[in-house]
Amino acid sequence: MAETAASPTSAKNPADKNLAARLSPARQLAEAFQAGSLAGTVELSELPFLTMVGVRADAGSEAATRLAAVTGGLPAGSGAVAGNGDVSVLWLGPSEFLVVAPTEAHESLGGDLIPALRDALGGDAGQVVDLSANRTTFELTGPRARAVLEKGCSLDLHPRVFKAGTAFSTEIANIPAVLWKTGGETFRVFPRASFAEFLGRWLLDAMREYASPEVP
Amino acid sequence: MLLIPCPNCGPRDETEFHYGGQAHVPYPENPNELTDTEWSRYLFYRENPKGIFVERWVHSTGCRQWFNMLRDTVSYDIQAVYPMGVPRPAAPLPPAADTGTASTGAASTTPLSPSTAPEGATK
Repeated sequence: MAETAASPTSAKNPADKNLAARLSPARQLAEAFQAGSLAGTVELSELPFLTMVGVRADAGSEAATRLAAVTGGLPAGSGAVAGNGDVSVLWLGPSEFLVVAPTEAHESLGGDLIPALRDALGGDAGQVVDLSANRTTFELTGPRARAVLEKGCSLDLHPRVFKAGTAFSTEIANIPAVLWKTGGETFRVFPRASFAEFLGRWLLDAMREYASPEVP
Repeated sequence: MLLIPCPNCGPRDETEFHYGGQAHVPYPENPNELTDTEWSRYLFYRENPKGIFVERWVHSTGCRQWFNMLRDTVSYDIQAVYPMGVPRPAAPLPPAADTGTASTGAASTTPLSPSTAPEGATK
């Protein structure tokens, strides 16, 4: 009985400890995000600690085929997002991809995604690197989300061009970031951790005008 | 602001790119056999044409890939974009009466020819 009681706690304790100790890059803005969000207009939040894996493999190689089997496909070209269920793969370059998965997929929490990718690559040319701490994730959602982003992003974000389920590595507010449209009015922005506070404050500032009634 | 057509990502703002200098400068076959003059020629001497120039660019905030570009240094007209390792394409001859200002491209064999240089650039 002691054994059965011990194994779940021993598996659970390190995880609890890790989660409590982790600090997300934009934690200091959490309250500002809540205060600045306008329900039904534009809302901003941080989705911290997503599992991200940088994958490099030449398209068409055997390693790429094996990696694709783990992730549910590799995207073929600029803007494309492949994936399967919770795991999405964003195209960053002809042989460079970013795998995004929920927090629980990280191997420190018992997930098997990263080991599976590592095994799939094997000894072939390429790389599988845990980049979960490299970027944080902002989610901007609402009818005005596109207008907010358009203030600092020169891509054509009109829905007839930028469709849900595409992602681009580009500049937002003059900093490099990955922009992923996950739904009709929902965008995920991946800034590097060191840019999180800047971009968070920039987005809050860009959202401010929508708190006031529209000038006719 | 230039709108640069990245071969992988399509047209993007110039600010997403970095410049890599003149393209097609081959590394010497055997650097040890070069004289100091020849070595310094390889290291430091680059063309500075008025007109069509072949240059390297990297899409640093996008796909992070290098590519070559044929650009007119007078009009900033981007005439061709092609992958690394591919020989320089012949400068596309602007069709007769090339929409006006920059016509140095027409002298494709001698891009330095100042004969048709545009306004105020004849010095």
